[in-house]
Amino acid sequence: MSKILEVENLRVDIPVGKQTLHAVRGISFSLSKGETLCVVGESGCGKSLTSLAIMGLLPSAAKRTADKLHFDGVDLLSASNRKMQKIRGNRLSMIFQEPMTSLNPAYTIGDQLMEVMLWHQNVTKAKAHERAVYLLEKVGITGAAKRMKQYPHQLSGGLRQRVMIAMSLMCGPTVIMADEPTTALDVTIQAQILLLLSELQREFEMGLVLITHDLGVVARIADRVMVMYAGEVVEQGTAKAVFEAPLHPYTRGLLECMPIPGKTKPGHHLGSIPGIVPSLIGEIAGCAFRDRCRHAREGCESFDRLRHDGKNHYWRCIMDEQETRGHLAKFTAGTEAAT
Amino acid sequence: MTTVNVPGRETSGQPAATDPASAPSGSTARARWRDRDFPRRALKHSAFLVGCSILVLILLMALIAPLIAPYDPYSQSMANRLVPPIWMDGGTWDHPLGTDGLGRDYLSRVIYGSRISLLIGTFTVVCSGLIGTTLGVLAGYFGGRVDLVINFIIMTRLTLPVIMVALAVVAIVGSSLTVVILVLGLLLWDRFAVVMRSAVMQVRNQEYVQSARALGCSTPYIIVREIMPNIFGSLVVIATFEMANAILLEAALSFLGLGVQPPLPSWGLMVAEGRNYLLFDPWLIMIPGFAIFLLVLAINLMGDGLRDILTPENRN
Amino acid sequence: MIGYLSQRLALAFLVCLTVSLITFFLLTSSGDVVSAIAGEEATPEQIAALRRELGLDAHWTVRYLEWLGNALRGDFGNSLFFRETVADLIMHRLPNTLQLAGMSLAVMLSLSLPLGMLAAFRPNTWVDRLALSIAVMGQAMPNFWFGLILMVVFALNLGWLPPSGSGTNWHFILPAIALGYYATPPVMRLTRAGMIEVLGTDYIRTARAKGLSTTRVLFKHALRNAIIPVVALTAVQFGNMLGGSVVIETVFGIQGVGYLAWESITRLDVPVVQAIMILVAIAYITLVLVSDVLNAWLDPKIRK
Repeated sequence: MSKILEVENLRVDIPVGKQTLHAVRGISFSLSKGETLCVVGESGCGKSLTSLAIMGLLPSAAKRTADKLHFDGVDLLSASNRKMQKIRGNRLSMIFQEPMTSLNPAYTIGDQLMEVMLWHQNVTKAKAHERAVYLLEKVGITGAAKRMKQYPHQLSGGLRQRVMIAMSLMCGPTVIMADEPTTALDVTIQAQILLLLSELQREFEMGLVLITHDLGVVARIADRVMVMYAGEVVEQGTAKAVFEAPLHPYTRGLLECMPIPGKTKPGHHLGSIPGIVPSLIGEIAGCAFRDRCRHAREGCESFDRLRHDGKNHYWRCIMDEQETRGHLAKFTAGTEAAT
Repeated sequence: MTTVNVPGRETSGQPAATDPASAPSGSTARARWRDRDFPRRALKHSAFLVGCSILVLILLMALIAPLIAPYDPYSQSMANRLVPPIWMDGGTWDHPLGTDGLGRDYLSRVIYGSRISLLIGTFTVVCSGLIGTTLGVLAGYFGGRVDLVINFIIMTRLTLPVIMVALAVVAIVGSSLTVVILVLGLLLWDRFAVVMRSAVMQVRNQEYVQSARALGCSTPYIIVREIMPNIFGSLVVIATFEMANAILLEAALSFLGLGVQPPLPSWGLMVAEGRNYLLFDPWLIMIPGFAIFLLVLAINLMGDGLRDILTPENRN
Repeated sequence: MIGYLSQRLALAFLVCLTVSLITFFLLTSSGDVVSAIAGEEATPEQIAALRRELGLDAHWTVRYLEWLGNALRGDFGNSLFFRETVADLIMHRLPNTLQLAGMSLAVMLSLSLPLGMLAAFRPNTWVDRLALSIAVMGQAMPNFWFGLILMVVFALNLGWLPPSGSGTNWHFILPAIALGYYATPPVMRLTRAGMIEVLGTDYIRTARAKGLSTTRVLFKHALRNAIIPVVALTAVQFGNMLGGSVVIETVFGIQGVGYLAWESITRLDVPVVQAIMILVAIAYITLVLVSDVLNAWLDPKIRK
């Protein structure tokens, strides 16, 4: 499969007074055509900034650097403003976290849907209208023609996010980035929206970068998973590999926090990761997770490289595969014990 | 039952701590007013400092006018008419700002003129502040029918064109300093009322006021002890802007001949008198006009600064 | 919407009625109008006769209702000074005032909107500082003084424009600048504040994520939302400019309603003053209503 998005050593720095906050610390990943990559991690680990950095939508104070940032053959690092505008919303679109406030209150849904297509593609209004209605129906909105004439405030949060999804699909993008598209929504709607996104992704054969907390959904829809911690990638691999054999202690911690349907008994205590995320101001030497890690040892403070098992499973830990697999047996046993 | 006031007193100092977005600006303003940080924050605000310094200088000038004015501002000298100021050809140090069409020393008149502007500004604000605050607090606190009536009064007042009403009243009653102060004081209360009304409405529903009411405190007690301190900051800020407004209006009224009457050295009146010499001696209007500009600028800078310092969340 | 509008209309009507009552009281309380007209040598009998002739001997309620009835029919009586009806007098002067107000509005908007927007788009830069100093200066400058300075510089010294009068369009330029600048600061500040707020919203980020150009984001998505409160303020400032026109028309000798007001007040030409005050009040209240309607029209949340 050809790589549609390639990111190498991406960094985002934000000046804070006289110091610098290194929000994203040299992450690398790639996305193939039609692939779903899920990015997971705690709040503040740099997931959202990564997506904004790729889109070129960082706040003006933040500084983006990278060794390579290629999208569909275009070098985004050197792309002019105009070139970026041609890509954004057209071939590379984004869905945001806050559906309640992400639509312009002054214009109708239809106007905002059609705008992006009329702007990028040489189509008639009728054609754009037709596509907007088609996509609204596609994202599960009934009475689409009527909805086109409504204003955002007349729609619920779930509906607005569906509209946002439809809007991101208007130009038939190659890649969609979705930044926690369901956090602001009711729990009952969250899974629906994520699964919808995944269905559409398969139907339109788009690449999807999904940033989310919802590991349950990740397990169901992801081709590959990237775990981020304190601005770094700590583990990356196929969903199957990461879920079956999480090689980084942090990933295991995250998975222990998640109830497994049919496995976690009512009343059973879920895991939690003690401690807090380290400050991102200034450089962090060695493993950023060591203060919270139960396997921390001498050498962690200087260990800083990505291991890999030769089968595209990467992790950043002082423990080699063998030792990790040993802990893993206990980990799985622990989960089994809970059964 | 000695603890009756405690819940109210305790929270009133820091009501904004829980929810800064919805808390009234006044409450934070009070916290900041009492804050030990206030002087430090004020010292860092350069516009505020500039405004304050100019204002203090003008105040001093007004207070010790008899000591610093080189001449009697009323004594005319036909021999020394229209002497230009020192920076122009023919200017002398005898009359640093020159003399007017009646040979009166312009510097002395400008110095004494500050008294009139400051007097009008201060008393107008006291008068309009009292009226506006009373109306606003009543409307905000009682709401309902009281609010409806007071709202109607405010709307009616806003509909009357200030300058025309002031001109008409002065024309009918006759012009004097007192009349001008009274007219402006009776007209310029609208902003006080509007802002106080909404501020009180916000404060009224705060928990500490509710708790004071639940504990059976009387209405006047609640207004004076619990509400007034919390809206003090907003009050000070409006007062500065209304003071500037009053000074500008007095100048306009005097300029139109229906304010302070000659021979009083009102700056607005001096501009009007200088109009006769517009073509050849434009400095006659420049100097008193600039004096008005400087005073109003100083007050506005101070007001802007106070708003930034006292109610940072209101800054735009 | 219709219920809301009729409620506002009723309130506006009541306010106008109250204003008319206040001005009527204010102006008829000046008892010596008659003796002023009759002249100093007039005998008490002559004055009494004049009072009867002018209908001033009746009870004030009767006079007020009579005045109101006539006013509703557009008859504001006769000027005590000019040999003209008040209605004619005002109608002759109105075009000048409207031209001045219109041009001032144009000056105000062309100063405050671009500067406010630029300041918001590039906060804490020289543009922002320029806009702020223009606003601060405008608030502190007495408008009659600024008018006189303009007159001295551009009319008397440079001779580019006529100093006073209202003969040609050129005559209106300096007064319009003076009056427009006087109304600029609040509108500019509000534009800036509104734009800064809107530019930080999520829907502006969405618009950028759609790949729209900066100009389109600014003008279609940001301005439309930031302008809503500005429209209301502009209407109010337009009303304030009608008041300000008294001063500016007097400074520049423009034969408009403001100048007429000043002339009539100094001569205690009561019928004229009364009519102008009530008309200004009606204009102001209409503007407030218009701004409400515009607001509702611009903001889809109120529209429904």
